[in-house]
Amino acid sequence: MSRSAPGVRSAVRQGVSVGLATGAYGISFGALSVAAGLDVWQTCVLSLLMFTGGSQFAFIGVIGAGGAGAAATATAALLGVRNSLYGLQMASLLRPRGRWKPAAAHLTIDESTAVALAQPADDLPARRAGFWATGLAVFGFWNLATLGGALLGDVLGDPARWGLDGAAAAAFLALLWPRLARRQAQAIGVVAALVAAITIPLVPAGIPVLAAAAVTAVVAWFQYREPPHVRADEQEAPA
Amino acid sequence: MSLWLWVLVAALACLAIKLAGYLVPTEVLDNPRVSHTAAMVTCGLLAALVVSQTFASGSALVVDARLVAIAVAALALLLRAPFIVVVVLGAVSAALVRALGWG
Repeated sequence: MSRSAPGVRSAVRQGVSVGLATGAYGISFGALSVAAGLDVWQTCVLSLLMFTGGSQFAFIGVIGAGGAGAAATATAALLGVRNSLYGLQMASLLRPRGRWKPAAAHLTIDESTAVALAQPADDLPARRAGFWATGLAVFGFWNLATLGGALLGDVLGDPARWGLDGAAAAAFLALLWPRLARRQAQAIGVVAALVAAITIPLVPAGIPVLAAAAVTAVVAWFQYREPPHVRADEQEAPA
Repeated sequence: MSLWLWVLVAALACLAIKLAGYLVPTEVLDNPRVSHTAAMVTCGLLAALVVSQTFASGSALVVDARLVAIAVAALALLLRAPFIVVVVLGAVSAALVRALGWG
């Protein structure tokens, strides 16, 4: 294993620039959250404590649409499930001990995982530096930007006049877009969109998204085909 | 104040889910079928959120300025625009359409 100082420096640089870019859309989160009916402090607590953008946008989206707190919470939690899969990968990479575990877990998000994994596989120090630098940079900029956006949203008034509802729709599309590379994901996207469209007039706000998630989970479970080199009996062996 | 309660419950739930990746035995989450399903549920949730944020107005499906916003956003994404540009274009196009008196 090479211990490269240049590798670490480059990983840290990447992390900080990703943090800056993420901070920029923290402003839109803050403004949208206030438009959805949360106050400035609730908005800031979401960014400080939940600290996972997709779930935060989902939570305020459901609340803003008039959905129940429980539906908003369930949607946010389901969207956060991918973070535990990132955590699995990062745990073996970082091997955090004791009190570092909660810190590492809190910073485990799309961006920190992506920058860590983008470093050369044989440069463990660079991968670790990428994770921590990105996590800390995003945390700092995201929270500052959230506060700024929330204060801004407070003075903007009617969110529709400024197109903030259009911004929310665009934000979800931008979060979805990079995940649609595979055909299976595209099929899932169509199914989920249809389920949401059909159920919106039938059930309370917030529930259509959860219904789509439930249908998606069932479809994805049966859609999965194990790679040909893995024998079925190995795959099904109890963990 | 029940919104405060849900803010805290949701935030702590998301935190606990992150921590689970570091604490749960690897075999449970490392199953390829489980990780495929989790990745697809993320896609499904986001697709459903796109639909509800674009077309839902309470319990009705409506076509308004948000449709223009999502179309402009899709075009921007096709042209590989960064996230923040997509979001800003979504806001600007919806606001413009409304300023012109529709939606």
